[in-house]
Amino acid sequence: MDRRQFVSGAALGAVALATPSLLRAQGAPIKIGEINSYTSQPAFLKPYRQGWELALEQVNAGGGVLGRKVETLFRDDAGKPEDSVRLAGELINAEKVDLLSGGFLSNVGLAIADYALQNKRLYVASEPLSDAIVWAKGNRYTFRLRPSTYMQAAMLVEEAAKLPAKKWATVAPNYEYGQSAVKWFKELLKKAKPDVEFVAEQFPALGRIDAGATVQALEAAKPDAIFNVTFAADLSNFVRQGNTRGLFEGRTVVSMLTGEPEYLDPLGAETPVGWIVTGYPHADIQTPDHVKFRDAYKAKYNDYPRLGSVVGFDTMNAIAAGIAKAGTTDNEKLIDALKGLKFTSAFGPVEFRASDHQATLGAYVGKTAVKDGKGVMVDWRYADGAKYLPSDAEVKALRPAG
Amino acid sequence: MIDLIFAQTLNGLASASSLFLVACGLSIIFGVTRIVNFAHGSFYMLGAYLAFTLVSRFGPADALGFWGGVLLAAVIVAALGALVEIVILRRIYQAPELFQLLATFGLVLMVQDIALGIWGPEDKLGPRAPGFKSFVVLMGSRFPSYELFLIVVGPIMLGLLWFLFQKTRWGTLVRAATQDREMVGALGVNQRLLFTSVFAFGAGLAALGGALQLPREAVNLHMDLSMISEAFVVVVVGGLGSVTGAYLAAVLIGIIHAFGILIFPKITLVLVFLVMAVVLVIKPYGLMGKRPVGSAHAHGPVEPLLLPASHNVKLIGLAALAVLLLAPFVVADHWLLTLTELSIFALFAASLHFMMGPGGMASFGHAAYFGLGAYGAALAVKWLGMPMVPALAFAPFLAGIAGVIFGWFCVRLSGVYLAMLTLAFAQIAWATAFQWVDVTGGDNGILGVWPAAWAAPKLVYYYLALAVCVVAILALRIIVFAPFGYALRAGRDSPLRSEAIGLPVMRIQWIAFIIAAVAAGIAGALFAFFKGSVFPTYMAIPRSVDGLLMVLLGGVQTVSGPIVGAFAFMGLQEQLMKATMYWRFVMGASIVLLVILFPRGLVGTALAFAERRREAEPAAPVTATPEPAR
Repeated sequence: MDRRQFVSGAALGAVALATPSLLRAQGAPIKIGEINSYTSQPAFLKPYRQGWELALEQVNAGGGVLGRKVETLFRDDAGKPEDSVRLAGELINAEKVDLLSGGFLSNVGLAIADYALQNKRLYVASEPLSDAIVWAKGNRYTFRLRPSTYMQAAMLVEEAAKLPAKKWATVAPNYEYGQSAVKWFKELLKKAKPDVEFVAEQFPALGRIDAGATVQALEAAKPDAIFNVTFAADLSNFVRQGNTRGLFEGRTVVSMLTGEPEYLDPLGAETPVGWIVTGYPHADIQTPDHVKFRDAYKAKYNDYPRLGSVVGFDTMNAIAAGIAKAGTTDNEKLIDALKGLKFTSAFGPVEFRASDHQATLGAYVGKTAVKDGKGVMVDWRYADGAKYLPSDAEVKALRPAG
Repeated sequence: MIDLIFAQTLNGLASASSLFLVACGLSIIFGVTRIVNFAHGSFYMLGAYLAFTLVSRFGPADALGFWGGVLLAAVIVAALGALVEIVILRRIYQAPELFQLLATFGLVLMVQDIALGIWGPEDKLGPRAPGFKSFVVLMGSRFPSYELFLIVVGPIMLGLLWFLFQKTRWGTLVRAATQDREMVGALGVNQRLLFTSVFAFGAGLAALGGALQLPREAVNLHMDLSMISEAFVVVVVGGLGSVTGAYLAAVLIGIIHAFGILIFPKITLVLVFLVMAVVLVIKPYGLMGKRPVGSAHAHGPVEPLLLPASHNVKLIGLAALAVLLLAPFVVADHWLLTLTELSIFALFAASLHFMMGPGGMASFGHAAYFGLGAYGAALAVKWLGMPMVPALAFAPFLAGIAGVIFGWFCVRLSGVYLAMLTLAFAQIAWATAFQWVDVTGGDNGILGVWPAAWAAPKLVYYYLALAVCVVAILALRIIVFAPFGYALRAGRDSPLRSEAIGLPVMRIQWIAFIIAAVAAGIAGALFAFFKGSVFPTYMAIPRSVDGLLMVLLGGVQTVSGPIVGAFAFMGLQEQLMKATMYWRFVMGASIVLLVILFPRGLVGTALAFAERRREAEPAAPVTATPEPAR
């Protein structure tokens, strides 16, 4: 190697070394730190992640946001709030993510939200249903996408109030979600129909329902109608025992989340007919936004979307829309942009309310039926979340953070 | 009213049957091999999943297809159990007490990911059993005929097992081995074959229990852990190694469940643990259990004598401390978070080790004191408006008070019974935090427990946590080598002789229990301010298990083991969770591998190695190696 070769080689090397950092400075990807209970809640979160990755792919195929690619770092909290806080710290300090998202369990969501407040970092909560996330413990840095426990209860109460039933029984998993669902349902139904009474309530431990005994206890109270909040395996066990023991015969059941494919599909031919539920009739929604989403999802994964897919897809798109509107990833400006942000979800146009940072994403309310040995939703309608949220003035009282 | 009582009794009996099958397998395995088999719930889950697949394949409508599938599932899992015993457990029977628990926990993690991989995330609602699809009308209410079938299965299985254990040679050997394993070995019985067959048989029973749930419950990925704690309760309430006791206990638990939800619908979370606590306080060896014959330490190597650290070990310790002190100047900023967490867990593990090692009291519920420390800090901040430092000082008292009360009951027992009573108390503490929403915020926890402004920077909080943990760990160490520590170890090794020379063994153990609780409380309080929030998960079973794993991985009979174990276990888990979504499988496999490679724990094996080398040196100075105490 002579001297000239050496010099040119060195120069090339210098350029090669310098280029990536130049590139990074101009078009460094926007990083999102996404924390979720992937291993402990796979039934919901596998479709969630697929929906998210579909949206991510579409955003990046369209040139990214602000001319930058978007990158997601997925982290598993294994269902423990204390782990989610550690992961949030790791994502912010080590990976230098621009914002946080995710959360399935309410307590995980609340832990990240509090961390976000403490560290002045944006957190877009996708899934946790707890009302506290946007109201009692709401803060400037936290936004939430999914319709909350309160909203779902309000949607169901609207239907329940039309029923002739006077005596109600409730069954709900014994944790915050179940307890507040029952609390809101009772409160709102009594307001709508003062003559109802609640004759029995059951709170089986989450994932460990003693279904036979629970069904018997409800039966013994002889209610006219039942409000159910159990889901997943608890729901399947409850339904099977209830079917065999005739608990649902001659009674109307109003049931939260049961129309979601995640919980309806395992029931198969056993699906009880005529329950009034919130959920997601994926095969029958023919709005253009949804058809586009469903076709893309089917093409990519060769599977139909679950509700988790919609939530993942929408969360990713909402974040992209927010950054585009803000024109920056500076968190304070991004938060101002997210307040009142309008974006298009798979269910149609949605807005993050400025007053409480809750999205107006709705849910589908309908009745369960069996078709070809599978559970489906019929007679459904889209309940727009905006209609089931308290007014801005009422929210002021519910949300100390303002 | 009478008809409701009747129906709930039947419901209780029906759910008792599967519980009985699982628990009785667990009980037999423990009785003979002394293995606390955490993977028993996994066998139960595998049985259910396999039955689902096989029954669907053979045709669920056909009686032969259904029952054939159920039985075949049990047989396959039994073979799997034999494989596990031969490949893994057989290698570690000589390890210290409870060490095998580590390996079985590794299996639990692996099976969780394997089941997810094979059967996918969705719950599987199995077919109804042919011939038992409908219901019968009993006293005016409809009762599923399959539940009646299950009610009958329980006593039939009990009868078969009774016959097996009383009337066959294999059964006689199993009973003999349950009573005195060494004697059975001395009489020339092929122990290897006996252990393998017992383990396979127990696994098969668990799988049968799972398969029989098919028409009753949706098969899902959480079945393993929800069954295992309940099965432990049944085994202990019934009395270890007693099949009849297991049946009685299963019926008791089933019936209490069925009536409990009528009277206190919200208390189902803890009901079984309350029952267990009451039974153990009244009958320390369970309903049908007998006081174990022979020495409690009749198996495994005798605990080596703990010696104060040699010069070299002290140097290593100082060097490690120096590394931790200097680390912030070398490593990237975010590593401080990991190091802070690891320091806190090291104290937690050291506090548990103080009970388990020198105290000889294994605890399955040590997270209670960790959690109570955390709640103490959070409640002090939230309700008393305390600043950080007073709250940190106040918190351990809550843990200590719990230690005083719970410990008083626990030290009256020993071995696995003691461990299970600690678990019961931990679950009661957990349920209180979970259920008392007005004070503790329920499962949404208490938020906003952040450190004072001066301690908020990561670096400052790291040094604060490190300082507190090092001081607390050193204090524990000093106590171990103080006269109190010697008295404690004497009580562990020979309660009779200790009593004879005038040591109040029970009171000494009680004080050790309280010290361990306070130390765990300190760790919990630091953890609360570190995370900024407190949740019931801090004192849930998985946290207790983590503590146990850290101590066992490090080595029970070494003083520095728990610290090494904490860093190894939590560090490994953190890195794996980041690296792969299948971290549970990799973690489980790593644990199993570590267990086989280091059968006395990481530090324990290192020490044993050093010991051998010293003995090999011919001119080794005759140190006074006291005769190992038994």
